[in-house]
Amino acid sequence: MTEKPEISVELKERLRAEYEKDWRKELRKSLPIKERMKIPRQKMPEREPEERNRDFGEVNKGLDTEAAVQEARRCWDCANPGCVSGCPVSIDIPSFIKLIEKGDLVASVRKIKETNSLPAICGRVCPQETQCEMVCNLKKATGVSVAIGNLERFISDFERHQGQVFIPEIAPSTGSKVAIIGAGPAGLTAAGELAKKGHRVTIFEALHIAGGVLVYGIPEFRLPKAILKAEVDYLRKLGVELRMSFVVGKTATIDDLRKDGYEAFFIGTGAGLPNFMRIPGETLVGVYSANEYLTRVNLMRAYEFPAYDTPVIRGKRAAVIGGGNVAMDSVRTAKRLGAEMAAIIYRRSRQEMPAREEEVKHAEEEGIEFHFLTTPIRYLGDENGRVRAMECLRMELGEPDSSGRRKPVPVPGSEFMTEVDLVVVAIGQSPNPLMAQTTPELRVGKWGNLEVDWKTMATGIPGIFAGGDIVRGGATVILAMGDGRLAAAEIDKYLKKSHG
Amino acid sequence: MAKVLRRERLVPNIHLLEVHAPEVARKCRAGQFVIVMADERGERIPLTIADWDAKRGSVTSVFLLVGTSTQKLSLLQPGDELPVYVGPLGRPSDIQNFGTVVCAGGCFGIGAIYPIARALKQAGNRVITLIDVKASYLFYWEDKLRKISDRLFVSARDSRYDSKDYIPFKLESLIQEEKKVDRVVAIGCTYLMYRCAEATRPAGVKTMVSLNPIMVDGTGMCGACRVTADGKTKFACVDGPDFDGHTIDWPELFSRRKSYFDDEVKSLCVFERERFG
Repeated sequence: MTEKPEISVELKERLRAEYEKDWRKELRKSLPIKERMKIPRQKMPEREPEERNRDFGEVNKGLDTEAAVQEARRCWDCANPGCVSGCPVSIDIPSFIKLIEKGDLVASVRKIKETNSLPAICGRVCPQETQCEMVCNLKKATGVSVAIGNLERFISDFERHQGQVFIPEIAPSTGSKVAIIGAGPAGLTAAGELAKKGHRVTIFEALHIAGGVLVYGIPEFRLPKAILKAEVDYLRKLGVELRMSFVVGKTATIDDLRKDGYEAFFIGTGAGLPNFMRIPGETLVGVYSANEYLTRVNLMRAYEFPAYDTPVIRGKRAAVIGGGNVAMDSVRTAKRLGAEMAAIIYRRSRQEMPAREEEVKHAEEEGIEFHFLTTPIRYLGDENGRVRAMECLRMELGEPDSSGRRKPVPVPGSEFMTEVDLVVVAIGQSPNPLMAQTTPELRVGKWGNLEVDWKTMATGIPGIFAGGDIVRGGATVILAMGDGRLAAAEIDKYLKKSHG
Repeated sequence: MAKVLRRERLVPNIHLLEVHAPEVARKCRAGQFVIVMADERGERIPLTIADWDAKRGSVTSVFLLVGTSTQKLSLLQPGDELPVYVGPLGRPSDIQNFGTVVCAGGCFGIGAIYPIARALKQAGNRVITLIDVKASYLFYWEDKLRKISDRLFVSARDSRYDSKDYIPFKLESLIQEEKKVDRVVAIGCTYLMYRCAEATRPAGVKTMVSLNPIMVDGTGMCGACRVTADGKTKFACVDGPDFDGHTIDWPELFSRRKSYFDDEVKSLCVFERERFG
């Protein structure tokens, strides 16, 4: 799902003012568009598939400075840039790219951080190809966009490597206490924004490491934990306090926190409830939800067992059910943990797969098998209750359903059996029900999501806002960040109003 | 980080752990649990809350030595810090005035049944406590249990106490003898809870069991702890841990609890070699 919010007048003016600056004019003149179009898109250097599919080191190596500057030159610096409208947090993309071309990397980082406090993460996990890069004018003209995501990653890595992280100006203390519930992408973003505005921000997180899905879900080979840690340290430098192992609703309710002086709340508890297919054999040993499988491996570091205490079943024949990014992360993890056969089982065809193209490509290179138009109908266990086989059914595509994708329908009599000793069910997550159960006044939609006013992210209960997957179901990191940012602005307004 | 206040060997294979956790102590109710991680490389494991002191800000659990995680916990000293101590998790036990309630406990469940029996007593029930131990020296908390029980009956295979028989048999005869048992609560190893549930099934006495499947996050996020109750998949961490024992798919629970048997042995061997040479 792509959201393209209309560019506001205010943003348009801001972009224009930057565009009109003398150095930008000069830079545009320095290289004619014709020359710029001759430069090929710079390839992201990657580790070799046969090397990387055995460890958890990062796959993409990142552009070097020379390649980044070259890539930045491909950008036309359009008077009416499409890219900004494709970005859920409205990064001034032309400015940060042109600052790279100019060689002022420090200024480029600051430009991104005006609107995005977690660029090293977005540069890695955002689906740029369906957002900013999809509406890039160069793409419209030639079919190949500027590599905006790779540049974002480059510039944030540059900042981290040079060791001096820029701390923006923090407004004088307002004395207002704000509670952020959940340290995922939405909560981390909201916390950073509110801290900059001078509020006293505390993040309450149920797990023992901050990051939410970024730490328990996304594997090390796609988002190294050290990067996340640097981003969280940055929030601490902004004055944000983190309370780990604190389950709001259980350890304390929102009412308890109000009594402790918290005036406003942002709920960003994510889509932490794993969905199952409700077919026979799903509780056999060796059948995991993707959440559990990835949490064991990523958060608990089961890939380093027995140096770390948490085990995970290392299957020789692994089947991952689903076609999204979580499925790709799971299947590539299974491969890295020694699976001889690691396969995606997806009920539609390749075309309908929601996973990012880059993840699919990486998976294919690493030797992952893809079985399209196939769905499991039951799992069979051995005498110890461990999964040993699964029965599948072939599908064909019928009429389009409500999502616009052609609906898969079973082919009668097409059942077949295949041996597996590890199954990961990655067919999506639902919003975590804990907050709604323990804060009954919250309005809950039919998918278990919290209902909010989309203009303000307000829940309807004074002072309580929500965003990210707890309101959207399973969406993206960047949309969660966009929600966190919007909610932070609204919380700031709310606090100012309530203090007269 | 949570500070260890006390760690004590109650009987040879069972330890007590008291931790400074004022928020948990303020909120917790009988039947809830905490998730604990013994050190930075540890596993997240659930421990049932066996007692708490809101004034002192402390929470107590009783645990059986099984694998690496509980070995690590058993070596903690006062002043040590636990990287994870989160709770109170799960739904509290259903406490009402039922009439006559039998509380059956064994192993770590002797500690875990205590706050439930106490709450049931405070709610006005006649509380009969049945304790099962393999040998009489494995019985602990006798004084605490005696204080809150109208009757305390202890069964040990070496017969120093009231009987030698496995406690589910006693449960069966007690239901006959008492005429009116309104509810049974059983906590301990899975087998004990299973046998208690089977013992009360013919008479149809509602029997609540506190299930102990493997967990990871403890907040409903991963689904590791899924159990089948009444044919439906439930998450023990958020839907439980208490369930009606007559609805549980016990063979499934037994096999799921053994998911990592080989890994657990391997991990323990590595730990013992590193720790004790």
